[in-house]
Amino acid sequence: MTTLTATPTVNALRHTSPVRRSSWVRRLPLLPALVFMIVVTQIPFLLTVWYSLQSWNLLHPGTKHFVGLRNYKVIFTDTIFRTAVFNTVIFTVLPVFLSMVFGTVIALLLDRHVFGRGFLRTLIVSPFLVMPAAAALVWKFTILDPVFGILNYFLRPFGVHHVDWINAHPQATIITVLTWQWTPFMVLIVLAGLQSQGSDILEAARVDGADGLRIFRSLTLPHLRPYLELGVLLGSIYVVQAFDAIFMITAGGPGQRTTNLPYYLYEAAFRGFDIGRASAMGVVVVIATILVATLALRLISSLFSDEGMAGR
Amino acid sequence: MSTASLTLAGKQTKPLTRLVLGVVTWVIVLAFFFPVLWMALTGFKHEEDAATTPPHFIFTPTFDEYKAVWDKGLRSYLEHSISITVVSTVLVLALALPAAYALSIRPVRKWRDVLFFFISTKMLPIVGAIIPLYIIAKDLHLLDSQLVLIILYTSMNLPIAVWMLRSFLLEVPVEIVEASRVDGAGLLRQLRSVIMPVISPGLAATALICFIFAWNEFFLAVNLTTTNAATVPIYLVSFVAPEGQFWAHLSAAATVACLPVLLAGWAAQDKLVRGLSMGAVK
Repeated sequence: MTTLTATPTVNALRHTSPVRRSSWVRRLPLLPALVFMIVVTQIPFLLTVWYSLQSWNLLHPGTKHFVGLRNYKVIFTDTIFRTAVFNTVIFTVLPVFLSMVFGTVIALLLDRHVFGRGFLRTLIVSPFLVMPAAAALVWKFTILDPVFGILNYFLRPFGVHHVDWINAHPQATIITVLTWQWTPFMVLIVLAGLQSQGSDILEAARVDGADGLRIFRSLTLPHLRPYLELGVLLGSIYVVQAFDAIFMITAGGPGQRTTNLPYYLYEAAFRGFDIGRASAMGVVVVIATILVATLALRLISSLFSDEGMAGR
Repeated sequence: MSTASLTLAGKQTKPLTRLVLGVVTWVIVLAFFFPVLWMALTGFKHEEDAATTPPHFIFTPTFDEYKAVWDKGLRSYLEHSISITVVSTVLVLALALPAAYALSIRPVRKWRDVLFFFISTKMLPIVGAIIPLYIIAKDLHLLDSQLVLIILYTSMNLPIAVWMLRSFLLEVPVEIVEASRVDGAGLLRQLRSVIMPVISPGLAATALICFIFAWNEFFLAVNLTTTNAATVPIYLVSFVAPEGQFWAHLSAAATVACLPVLLAGWAAQDKLVRGLSMGAVK
């Protein structure tokens, strides 16, 4: 119903036992999960930073040595790296934007009394659930194939013949597949937002004579805003890591036209075994993501503590 | 004009507008669902029906390809996937439930900071950690082992589970928990007799969501495993550059790969959004 995650009772309980021993008893259930997460997630990130300062290729054992920032100098003068940064941006911004547009439209449509609504909801979540690696292959062959693909068949009445979508429009292909996959995510978030809107307020506005467009602009949209923001931020954090579709459909090509940072890092690390250079790229990706992640965390934090929103 | 009817309840709009919007909704949703449907259908074709111009919508269905993927190869990948996802999901719940308890019902000091630490680990891209993970796994002789994927999938899903379970635990009436504690019930008894009955649907939904993410994971699997622990997505890699007629076979394999998660996701769809937004949206 609402976005309530913090309740007043939690705050009331917070300071009930000042005794030291009891605070350890309280911490005990938390420790296994906390220690596990610190060990498994934080240490590798620190090691990535350390590795990025080394000249280290696994194909030449015994040559590992400290080189300071040289790997960073190498990647920033590397034109392919710049292409990969550019591709990462377009493979994040466009799919997130497009899936948000589709997601909002579909959520608005599904929020109405449409015949078979539950069934349609079940269908629309499917692209998000389908294994991305499997979906990528289905798109690559059965849908986008120039000769037998069903897309060209559907487009034939419109004068489209035997377009080799993947080779002629590789970037559009990746963007399409990612948009298709992430639209359900946005539908779910926007739908949750729409359904948390009190119907009494809408009813009151209607009684006061506000027309639909007015209600949408001055009531629904402001109410939806944090949900849209959350969808965009969380979507960006996940989509920026897009790898499966690129690996399966284009392998970064043709040329480097669909090489994004995760794929380029994969090639450097697992084809070139250049640990130092690949680690430097990893650090760059993390720093770039932190910016978006900070915004996302701040938003979740405000959703989380905003009593105004939580109280409704 | 159309926006007007979108925001209003259906009964307020004209029947014609309602009909048109209903049809539009069906067309858009079916278009999005079509690739999934086409995948499952192509799996029921004979190879000579699979890649044709024009595509065959009417054909004699066969289970041959589904049987073939089962007999040839996919089975061991499925077994790896099942054991890795099941063990890691159980591990996630075992770690997350006590942690969520310590962040909701009897909160530790600074529970907010801890909660946000968990979520922040989810926001750092895995490419930033893959190289040390690979080196460490190699040094510990854990490359291509199920254990390494179990550990990593557990860390991948633990923050989501902590946040989700916490949001479910907050729905447990505090007075009941307090009363049972006053009666001298320990943590385990509180969990069993008071908390579990209330949150078990939430626990099930959390388990399903962890299962979905672990089952579909590709990046870690492709970099850290080859044969002994290779999961279902890795089986699909062999179709990237195949030979001969293979569409029906590919579609059958892809359908089998997707089916467990589709079923889990459809079952958990009411709670899906809570998992995806880390419990921030209900």
